[in-house]
Amino acid sequence: MKLLPFIGKRAFHAIFVLLGLSIVIFVIARVMPGDPARVAVGAHAPDWVVQDIREQMHLDEPLVVQYFYWLRDALHGDFGVSLVTRRDVAQDIIEFFPASLELALFALLISAGLGITLGTLSAWHKDKFVDNLVRVLSYMGVVTPSFVFAILFLLLFGYLLHWFPTLGRLSEDVARPPTVTGFMTVDSLLAGDMVAFWDALKHLVLPALALAMGSMAQEARITRASMSENLNKDYIAASRAFGIPERYVMGRFLLKPSLIPTISIIGLDFAANFSNAFLVELIFVWPGLSRYGMNAILRKDLNAISAVILVLGVVFIIVNIIVDITVAKLDPRIGLRSARSE
Amino acid sequence: MTRQPLLEIENLRVGFKVYGGELHVLDGVDFVVNKGEKVGLVGETGCGKTTTMKAILRILPQPPGFIESGVIRFHGRDLMQVKDREMRHIRGQGISMIFQDPTAALNPVFTIGQQLEPVIKYASPENRRLPRKVIRQKAIQALRDVSLADPERLLKAYPVQLSGGMRQRVCIGMALATNPELLIADEPGTSLDVTIQDQVLRLLHQLVEERDSSVILITHTLGIVRQMTDRLYVMYAGNMVETAPTRRIFTNPLHPYTQGLMDAVPKLTGGGVAHGIPGRIPDYLHPPTGCRFHPRCPHAMDICRQKKPSFYTVEEAHQVACFLYDTSSGADSAPARKEALA
Ligand SMILES: Nc1ncnc2c1ncn2[C@@H]1O[C@H](COP(=O)(O)OP(=O)(O)OP(=O)(O)O)[C@@H](O)[C@H]1O
Ligand code: SF4
Ligand SMILES: [Mg+2]
Repeated sequence: MKLLPFIGKRAFHAIFVLLGLSIVIFVIARVMPGDPARVAVGAHAPDWVVQDIREQMHLDEPLVVQYFYWLRDALHGDFGVSLVTRRDVAQDIIEFFPASLELALFALLISAGLGITLGTLSAWHKDKFVDNLVRVLSYMGVVTPSFVFAILFLLLFGYLLHWFPTLGRLSEDVARPPTVTGFMTVDSLLAGDMVAFWDALKHLVLPALALAMGSMAQEARITRASMSENLNKDYIAASRAFGIPERYVMGRFLLKPSLIPTISIIGLDFAANFSNAFLVELIFVWPGLSRYGMNAILRKDLNAISAVILVLGVVFIIVNIIVDITVAKLDPRIGLRSARSE
Repeated sequence: MTRQPLLEIENLRVGFKVYGGELHVLDGVDFVVNKGEKVGLVGETGCGKTTTMKAILRILPQPPGFIESGVIRFHGRDLMQVKDREMRHIRGQGISMIFQDPTAALNPVFTIGQQLEPVIKYASPENRRLPRKVIRQKAIQALRDVSLADPERLLKAYPVQLSGGMRQRVCIGMALATNPELLIADEPGTSLDVTIQDQVLRLLHQLVEERDSSVILITHTLGIVRQMTDRLYVMYAGNMVETAPTRRIFTNPLHPYTQGLMDAVPKLTGGGVAHGIPGRIPDYLHPPTGCRFHPRCPHAMDICRQKKPSFYTVEEAHQVACFLYDTSSGADSAPARKEALA
């Protein structure tokens, strides 16, 4: 498969998806009940102040014109000023986005690692004790919302056992490393500050674990299902019949085809964890994008809402492209087809 | 001439657990292959040919499959008792198999080379120490042996990129790459069109003659059996019902089922066997008591519904599992009935 044309094609598609998304965001934002200018200045501000803001935001122009103003600014990375915090929205995003991304990525590592391992064990010991245990646990994992795990972990591992910190990204007595990537763990490593690194890592554990539980359960189930299906395929019987050692058959010939459906799910789970983390972020006082977005919605902070949704859209698209490339790389049937359709 | 048995199966019973109960498929299979012998195995679809072969190699999918009883000996060693490690050495160099459906027998997400090279590498302890380059050379040779053009390029191809005939050749090449003492060929070429099937079978015939390994050839095409095998087994609904030197069975079939089969020969063009006999293979959930053929047998007697016939030796090397040939029970008038049949 040729990688570059594939990415190019997908990026081209992505532009249209994003344009469509931006129109939807804009329309929704503008038709929300309540006057955004009035919301921005508060109920007691004099009318002429409100009028000033209206003009600043082009709120009196036709919607189409408003959209192009908005789009022009957005393309320049300018989402305006948060109507509530009075800060530059882009600045807010730059601050909150890496925190969410770091959390979601860490949750992805946990869920994919454990999910695939548990699913594999389950399939190998199908209908035995291990399998039954994993099935019960993964069922519970799927049906329990992440905020329940968050509260549980907070109480158990935080307040009761004191194994992990429960507040924010870094302890108060630890100096914050200079911001390079916005990832606390990476930045502290870059600064060579191991104290900060371990502290940041410890802060990540509980919220990431809470976030990872549901996806881990889901990924374990999918892995188990595809693996136990493939276990009965003739190509596995054939590899065994030729005298290839069991660990080679399992670890290679069974694992690779079985992981393909899991990888699609991992992508979906990651995107979902990224955008739906607000309760977990709230509980662990994690300064993430989900929490920021939720606050923006509650306060009708239009500029912030639009920017957050747009960022989430971009994340979804990028995750999708990565998943597609990975799956096409793993499965030549898909890879060859998409190469042919170039 | 007394020949040494290479593979002996005694009273093999295999079932499958399915929704709604247990399928009692193999109903006490007796089967022998002598050293250097080429044995044919025929029987209509679903009679348990593949199941028997998979049981020999211990590659039955378990669950749903399970072995109720039986002994399988290879070189006198009970295969059901040998350790996994030992079994692995028997697979490949001892017994190897060409699977019924080459598309299903090839792993879709690995290249031919990625699948063939480990077969060679793990064929023997000596091969395991060979450098990669030598293994690759052997893989190229294995593909050349089955008359595949451009083997270097083929090693890098995925199964989807090959035609059905090429896949079949690859499967034959893989099974022969370990130079097995006993080769099981499960309906080679059935999925191909007639001319290509013919080429493939002729190739297989020639390769087998060259190596003088023992062979079990399963096929629906009686012409092939006649050409390629010394002795023939006829299987019906999980039982071996007759065995004799191939030519003898064609000229003097004894079991009523075999007789029906031979009557149907002119109509056979690679499709199903035994259109000459009315009725269908029985339901394995509730198989008929006694002789499983009795509901379809034109000569069925009372005893056939109560007891299962074992192999009666009619002449040297000609055995038949049918009460018509039971000469042991003195009062019986089997010979008379035999005449009535003739
Ligand atoms: N994995 C399985 N699960 C459930 N039942 C099975 C399974 N494999 C085989 N069977 C049962 O065993 C019977 C015999 O199957 P088998 O594949 O051995 O037949 P066969 O003689 O090789 O037929 P064919 O000529 O079509 O290849 C089938 O009719 C089916 O009922
Ligand atoms: S044993 Fe009886 S039913 Fe079975 S084949 Fe012989 S005559 Fe027919
Ligand atoms: Mg079969």
